[in-house]
Amino acid sequence: MIRFLLDGEAIEVDVPDPTATVLDYLRYTLRRTGTKEGCAEGDCGACTVLLGELAGDAIEWRAVNACILFLPMLDGKALRTVESLGGTHPVQRELVERHGSQCGFCTPGFVMSLYGRSIGAAGTRGVPVGDVIAGNLCRCTGYGPILAAGEAVPMAAEQDEALVAALGALRPAYGHPASADELADLLLANPETRIVAGATDVGLWVTKQLRELGPTVFIGDIADLRHIEETPAGLTLGAVVRYSDAREALARLHPDLGELVRRIGGVQVRNAGTIGGNIANGSPIGDMPPALIALGAELTLRRGTERRTLPLEDFFLGYGRQDLAPGEFVESVRIPRPSPGMLIRIVKLSKRFDSDISGVCGAFALRIEDGVVALARVAFGGMAGIPARAPGCEAALTGQAWSAGTVEAAAQALASDYDPLDDLRGSAAYRRKVAANLLRRLWAEQHEPVSVLHG
Amino acid sequence: MADRTVLSPLREGAVQRPLPHDSADLHVAGTAAYVDDLPEGPGTLHLAFGLAADGHARLTGVDLTAVRAAPGVVAVFTAEDIPGENNVGPVFHDDRLFAEDEILCPGQPLFVVAATSTRAARVAARLAKVEIEPLPALVTIAEALEAGSELEPPQRMARGDAAAALGGAAHRLSGTLEMGGQEHFYLEGQAALAVPGERGQIHVVSSTQHPSEVQHLIAELLGLRSADVTVEVRRMGGGFGGKETQAAAYAAACALVVAKTGRQAKIRADRDDDMAMTGKRHDFRADYDVGFDGEGRIEGISITLAARCGATVDLSLAISDRAMFHADNCYFLPAVEIVSHRLKTHTVSNTAFRGFGGPQGMMAIERVMDAIAAYLGLDPLAVRRANLYGPGRDVTPYHMVVEDNVAPEIIAELAESADYAARREAVAAFNAGHKILKKGLALTPVKFGISFTTTHLNQAGALVLVYADGSIHLNHGGTEMGQGLMIKVAQVVADAFGVPIETVKVSATRTDKVPNTSATAASSGSDLNGMAAQRAAETIRERLDTFAAGQPGSEEWSFAELCRRAHLARIPLSATGFYATPKIHYDRASHRGRPFLYFAYGAALSEVVIDTLTGEHKVVAVDILHDVGRSLNPAIDLGQIEGGFIQGMGWLTTEELVFDDRGHLLTHAPSTYKIPTANDRPARMAIAIWERGRNEEPTIHRSKAVGEPPLMLAISVFSALTQAVAAAAPGKGLPKLDAPTTPERILAAIDELRARDD
Repeated sequence: MIRFLLDGEAIEVDVPDPTATVLDYLRYTLRRTGTKEGCAEGDCGACTVLLGELAGDAIEWRAVNACILFLPMLDGKALRTVESLGGTHPVQRELVERHGSQCGFCTPGFVMSLYGRSIGAAGTRGVPVGDVIAGNLCRCTGYGPILAAGEAVPMAAEQDEALVAALGALRPAYGHPASADELADLLLANPETRIVAGATDVGLWVTKQLRELGPTVFIGDIADLRHIEETPAGLTLGAVVRYSDAREALARLHPDLGELVRRIGGVQVRNAGTIGGNIANGSPIGDMPPALIALGAELTLRRGTERRTLPLEDFFLGYGRQDLAPGEFVESVRIPRPSPGMLIRIVKLSKRFDSDISGVCGAFALRIEDGVVALARVAFGGMAGIPARAPGCEAALTGQAWSAGTVEAAAQALASDYDPLDDLRGSAAYRRKVAANLLRRLWAEQHEPVSVLHG
Repeated sequence: MADRTVLSPLREGAVQRPLPHDSADLHVAGTAAYVDDLPEGPGTLHLAFGLAADGHARLTGVDLTAVRAAPGVVAVFTAEDIPGENNVGPVFHDDRLFAEDEILCPGQPLFVVAATSTRAARVAARLAKVEIEPLPALVTIAEALEAGSELEPPQRMARGDAAAALGGAAHRLSGTLEMGGQEHFYLEGQAALAVPGERGQIHVVSSTQHPSEVQHLIAELLGLRSADVTVEVRRMGGGFGGKETQAAAYAAACALVVAKTGRQAKIRADRDDDMAMTGKRHDFRADYDVGFDGEGRIEGISITLAARCGATVDLSLAISDRAMFHADNCYFLPAVEIVSHRLKTHTVSNTAFRGFGGPQGMMAIERVMDAIAAYLGLDPLAVRRANLYGPGRDVTPYHMVVEDNVAPEIIAELAESADYAARREAVAAFNAGHKILKKGLALTPVKFGISFTTTHLNQAGALVLVYADGSIHLNHGGTEMGQGLMIKVAQVVADAFGVPIETVKVSATRTDKVPNTSATAASSGSDLNGMAAQRAAETIRERLDTFAAGQPGSEEWSFAELCRRAHLARIPLSATGFYATPKIHYDRASHRGRPFLYFAYGAALSEVVIDTLTGEHKVVAVDILHDVGRSLNPAIDLGQIEGGFIQGMGWLTTEELVFDDRGHLLTHAPSTYKIPTANDRPARMAIAIWERGRNEEPTIHRSKAVGEPPLMLAISVFSALTQAVAAAAPGKGLPKLDAPTTPERILAAIDELRARDD
């Protein structure tokens, strides 16, 4: 059973299937059909709802995709859907007056994203409207009126004392593990248990591959896996820290990390997806790992009470294979703070700038002392079956004069470092070519603007 | 958002006002109901298709034992269970609802599962054991051309002696352009709900642009008469052509299950299945051979268009025809030959998509303009202007005289208002000062022919009911897919009665209200249905006027009072209206005639920037001037212009369909198929409706169709990108850039250009 608040009302519902989605529950059980299914994979935002959790004496709201949100993940939380707004919220009025809907199917999702922004929901504070709705697809309007409506809606923080009290009094009923220790014990006893954090990837196994997950454990709410520890030495992120929660701290490590996070999914995906989950699932592209590897990140794995720490690049063994023992789980990742003066550049190349998976992701961390490259860490995603460093390229840089000639040699050395993928995101030839060009661009950017996004 | 300028002419009266979409308040509240939102009756069955996993193959056996035994499964139906004709094809009857002996392409339905839940149906549908003998698959345009796999003989449209003109021209160029297809990505996937009635009658709610065709196909499939089947559409969550023919299979499967089980049946396509199963915009290859003078004026041209049509005919012949009709765009081609190949491949059957072949034909001639300009070293806009239709140069390749040519005026006004000359200089200065980033700028026009080119489709009916309390119920054959048809037609009716718009209630499109309707397509919705509804309204209005004329004091009556009294006086308060487009005719054998009543025009100026090291690109600024005649609703029309442009931009830039060598679509989800997001919208967009627009033809309130034409304004983006790539290697000529312009294609075009000998 789970217990949650819908428009302030406590609802208890039995959950015989832990992979039943919130979207289906809303639409086919409660018949709240305003929330739409556009893709059932978290890529269109038509199913956007707001989840509320207690944060001190206020409620922290976050927009998420209901289509890949499993019912147990609602436990102990507050839920708002488009029906909660009653049709008269300023967001809704502005969208009508500015002709922000045509077919109307995506509209409830936009309403919820923009409503979330207006109340300062997670991942939207100080964020331009375009970024807030980058996870909402509209095929009719061309977005102009929706952007204009979003700009026009006044910010209005909500203070709902009754809801805060109700949420404070609400007791979760599903029996999620309460701590990392409990999780460790559970996995030691039942190593076959499927770990679900944000479900932005696992959700698709259910909705698209129609897989049965077997025994599951939901770890997204384990408080001591959600810690963010920011020190002068670096940043430690618990396994279930979500992208949106880590973004500002990552941006403080280096602005490119913040920009990389901005381009991972939409707000809804960043509000659910965890950096630990992205690492643990071992995607060959890896949204974050190339950047973290270049920065020298270390991963801490835990099995029972045993912990081991390894360089992130060593975790990825081969396509779909990670260095993870039965019963072991990712506990945290630590990223050292780059020393001042390091040249760091992280570049994501994709067909579409927002909410796309990179064809190539390149990350460079160079320390240049007295015109000589003293240290070079170079990592790429999309260039091999796993995110990986480029030893040949690093060797061609290290100890050499920081010059166009060195960069050219390093660019050419990449050819021996990788045997890239050849798939729908790009041919192997393109990936080889553009990876080398990213190094050349790193040199060129000292002299002139190089990015179409910022140039 | 940096900047957004929208100029909308404000006019008085019930028409020409920028009223919101009739359902806007419901859209934002989440209470606008789509098919899957409707209440389900008890015992509703949920359906899923069993799809062919492999491509072209002989089907030797399907073992459904495991499917039938799966939890929740109530029934499974195959081709053998169809009482009538196993067909959902609109014209050529070659689209099987379920494959019989031959699998034509991956994703073709083999059977349908009816179960107690959608998930149960989908899980079961994957359990079939299918035996096949694989057959060779033709997937690409090149493969199909090589094999001579054509749906019909190549079509030839000609005027003058192109070969002689080519031979005699001072300059001659040839080249090739490839254009990818496009997935519709309507946000609401294909869906239908069928409900049993008495005596075997069936009521179907379908997300379709063509309820009459769905009705007729279901009747034939089930061996019923059309009067036994009613199809209803209140609204679609987007259509764009993708629900013109391709909605039929879903509705037909529901109707079959209803006929077989007597239970209500519903289907909603999973997004990935929808993308794999349904046709898309045709990908094309265009080859040209053009002769021209020193100013770039074309003297003779030969254009060959090859379209990948997919496994069945669908609408591919008319689509390919429309590509030929638009291979002139705004330009006079003194001696011209256009040849069109309609290629049959073992891929999903391509279908209507906003523009209907027009965009591909237009891309071909716009590439020719850029090629000529690059060759002669001229401003591409100067070459375009030199070739425009004009007095004495006004006959199209299909021998229709262009009587309403406003392209020169629109181009001149846009070039002036958007400061083309100064910005072209600024772009050149930017390029001189930057090695890595390069900019490009292009102004391209649009001339789009309005009317179905299949003449008999240009008809529409409407039904207007006036109640004794003065409220008005409006029904017509057009369907609402977001384009604002319902509000526009309601405005026409409100205007005809002289009543406030709130008086007119729009309702679902139903085949039992207006029969034998045409698809809502070809941008014709408001032209046809607006006129039909106006005629129905005027019939009643005339009766009311006649009645009132004999009544003392009637000038003081409200409309409600007038209706109440008219009813008491036994005046009939309902009427039908009918409209058939005048003047049009076409002889397909000779490819001559007047297929269009008129043309819609527009022009766009796009400015782009590319990164020559990565191929990344961004559209930084767009200026649009578009002709909608006298707008029925400027707000709705602006929405069509803006949305159409962005959709066209997506087609030409980020949206890439990738197929494997067996014809499987690999980009079958939004995770891999990338339509524009809000941040892809150019930072500065200035859109203006052409103030002086007025239809020369007596269309409804002198308006012009607006659904499709603006999509082709995005060709300016492709041309601007071509210019930017060219700037990466000045003096090397026209880049070999194909669409969509993924970073990979841009980088490849730069490499090829730089590798050319000087």
